[in-house]
Amino acid sequence: MSLDAILQVRGVSKSFGRVVANIDISFEVARGEILGLIGPNGAGKTTLFASIAGLETPDSGEILLEGRRISGLGPVACTLAGIGRTFQVVRSFDSMTVLENVMVGAFSRIARSRPAMARALEVIGFCGLGARADTPAHSLTPPEKRRLEVARALATEPRVLLLDEMLTGLTPTEAQAGMQLVRAVRDRGVTIIMVEHVMEILLPLIDRAVVLHLGGKLAEGSPAVVVRDPEVIRAYLGDRYVAA
Amino acid sequence: MTPGLIAQVAIGGLLLGLIYALVAAGLSLIFGLMDVVNFAHGQLLMLAMYAVFEIHQAFGLDPLVQLPLVAALLFLIGVAIYRGLISRALGVRFNTGMVQVFVTFGLSIFLVGAAQLAFGSDFRSITDGVLYGRTVSMGAIVLPLSQLAAGLVCLVAFAALMLISRTEFGRALEATREDRDAVALIGIDRDRIFSLGWGIGAAAVGIAGVMLATFYYISPTVGDNFALIAYVTVALGGFGSLIGALVAGLLIGLVEAMTALFFDPALKQVGIFAIYVLVLMVRPRGLFGRL
Amino acid sequence: MTRMQEVTHSAKAEGTFPLMGRPSLSVNAITRRRKQELITGAVLLMVLALLPLPIENSYLRNLIVVTLLYAGLAQGWNILGGYCGQISLGHALYFGIGAYTSTILFTRLGIPPTLGLFAGAALAALAALLVGWPCFRLSGHYYAIATLVVGLMGLLLVTNWDFVNAAMGITIPFKRESWIDLEFRIPIQPFHYVMLAYVAVAWIVAYVVEGSRWGFIWRAVKDDVVAARSLGVRVFLSKMAAAAISGAIVGAGGALYAQFIGFIDPDSGLGLSVSVLIALPAVVGGVGTLWGPLLGAAVLIPMQQLSAAWLGGAGNGVDLMFYGALIVALALARPQGLVSLFGVHSQAGGEVVDEP
Repeated sequence: MSLDAILQVRGVSKSFGRVVANIDISFEVARGEILGLIGPNGAGKTTLFASIAGLETPDSGEILLEGRRISGLGPVACTLAGIGRTFQVVRSFDSMTVLENVMVGAFSRIARSRPAMARALEVIGFCGLGARADTPAHSLTPPEKRRLEVARALATEPRVLLLDEMLTGLTPTEAQAGMQLVRAVRDRGVTIIMVEHVMEILLPLIDRAVVLHLGGKLAEGSPAVVVRDPEVIRAYLGDRYVAA
Repeated sequence: MTPGLIAQVAIGGLLLGLIYALVAAGLSLIFGLMDVVNFAHGQLLMLAMYAVFEIHQAFGLDPLVQLPLVAALLFLIGVAIYRGLISRALGVRFNTGMVQVFVTFGLSIFLVGAAQLAFGSDFRSITDGVLYGRTVSMGAIVLPLSQLAAGLVCLVAFAALMLISRTEFGRALEATREDRDAVALIGIDRDRIFSLGWGIGAAAVGIAGVMLATFYYISPTVGDNFALIAYVTVALGGFGSLIGALVAGLLIGLVEAMTALFFDPALKQVGIFAIYVLVLMVRPRGLFGRL
Repeated sequence: MTRMQEVTHSAKAEGTFPLMGRPSLSVNAITRRRKQELITGAVLLMVLALLPLPIENSYLRNLIVVTLLYAGLAQGWNILGGYCGQISLGHALYFGIGAYTSTILFTRLGIPPTLGLFAGAALAALAALLVGWPCFRLSGHYYAIATLVVGLMGLLLVTNWDFVNAAMGITIPFKRESWIDLEFRIPIQPFHYVMLAYVAVAWIVAYVVEGSRWGFIWRAVKDDVVAARSLGVRVFLSKMAAAAISGAIVGAGGALYAQFIGFIDPDSGLGLSVSVLIALPAVVGGVGTLWGPLLGAAVLIPMQQLSAAWLGGAGNGVDLMFYGALIVALALARPQGLVSLFGVHSQAGGEVVDEP
């Protein structure tokens, strides 16, 4: 492939008992791109996401980060290898402040407190939470909490950042600010994979899309192409809209 | 060291194991129901034993006759402990786990002190009654009637517990254990279930206590040792499993007796502890653990 | 550089311009709190150092020494039980190992306890790791029970082990007055400073650890272990670290205790009541805080000693009733600990976490 691939998903399959979540998924993610992982609910995005992040082990196939296998290593090893992730339902450390939350991320790379704090402050400033560094995480507004998720993951110095439904349920203004942040993160040198089930949000943001449906990969390509793919339209809207 | 002796010690161990099993069942019930470790469990046993003794002294009632009486008394005590202390501990907003541990811990210390005050520290025993001093011979094996009766009663009590678990109440108990928060939605009164759980758990210990009092000494600290064995039994059998408590109790009673016979009686607990460590390493959830 | 200049300078270096009060590396909630804690600690140390001077009564002095010891022990327990959230009810094991190690090295090999206590601390730390290895797999309450059982196992084994004189215990003969050997003809006053040093060291360790990587990690794990793992936190390792530090501090305290009393036996070294007395001050005072164990010891130890003397003198059990009722009342009324009365809140975060 001509892509300078930083992440390679090869033939990944995963089932839970009789429920088949992923069937032979293969694609590559180019270094420095923003990739959208899209599909209706039940398509298998969550499972694939979990496999990349190390929370699940694929039944077959493998996932490579810069040529090194990371599938099946577990969440801690994946993070240390360079996969960062946010959670769809924000999992902040509620008894700790924003600064303390992000420092936990920084401690994955930095052993001593003072440099970890400096790194955390930098990331917090970058993510626009500078004024809230000493605020307890549980008092943040929902958009601020999402920023915190990003900041925390960013503090672990990821090569690839997985964002789980980061833009869902935001007002247009908030979504704009969120997209700005995503672009800024990419400009910092982090490759991004965004999982969403509503396509429109992502289309202006992503460079390429991979569409999943019923466990398999349905389509892959630039947003413009994918959106017109009849299979994709059928999957989302049903047969009626295909002709249009 | 004849086969007869070994068999006798083994059976004695199994009979004692049935008592361990019943005590453990009470503990496991409470544990499994609401995730509360009852560190005062041994003291419930101790209270039952003193109750039998005092009633026997005052009214001359045979321990066997007192079974329903003391069981009911312990049931009430169990409910009272839940209503008065545990429900409050569960409602605490900080450090709930720690509070639960130390509330029952403090209670156990309090109860030992209260027993010392009320009954004195001297050892007591019941030297009278239909079971006292009699033995049963089965070939070469001679067993004290009291221990045999104790084993049988505990077995019956166990069967009763298993029966209860199959009734609607038992299912409600199970449901509450599975999902404490959701049961309110289907009309199960959580508080009532918890009270009953504590009552039944305490009553089980009460029955074990009554039978134990017919051949074991009674003192304020007698509960400590049995409580320790109960913890190990529950850990071995699996928290929340009645069958587990039975199997584990029998196993532990047997191992304890065999260790005392083949090694030093003072070290009989080492056998039990060794089992515990083994379980910890190999199967932390216990033999039949579901939680 | 004035503080304002410092704030501006560091913030500019980070590429953000400061608004009044915007956190910087040297001025934020964490650093402010830490500075306050250091100052308070220093003041408290000075007060405690001067404390025995006006006090003549030897019983009172003795009480203070024991209180200081337990404050240090509780501080050590607090690292595993409070900050890391693993409630251990068998910490007497480490206390006993420290006490016996130091005592045996002194009485049989002539090694002074000032060195022996380090050996005791090291062995205790090792024991803590050995216990933690299988036990940290267990969730909350199951862990508490396991530590209880392990502690009592230790008691049983030592009671029957002739090498350490089994149930009879070991007496430390008084040979000559010496600071290195921690032997004094006037036993109490020098020991005040020995124990004060112990508490100070325990406090400093807690202070350093609280602000270190481990302190943050333990809190994160308690709040949300899944999120912590996703940030690269090795949970098991963090718990082992807590266990080792906690064990070492308590082991050192055990060694000092043995030297102070001049005698160690299974009950006084490894008994359940010792485990309880080590854990309780931290719980009562406030787990996961620097001051909780100190405050808890200051309240609980005198109360326990006095109630045993006045009320329980005849062995009538009233002291136990009082003590037990007190524990229950404090646990229910002030679950955050007595320090909350002074507005100090736990830096230890959420509740005990279970391994998924």
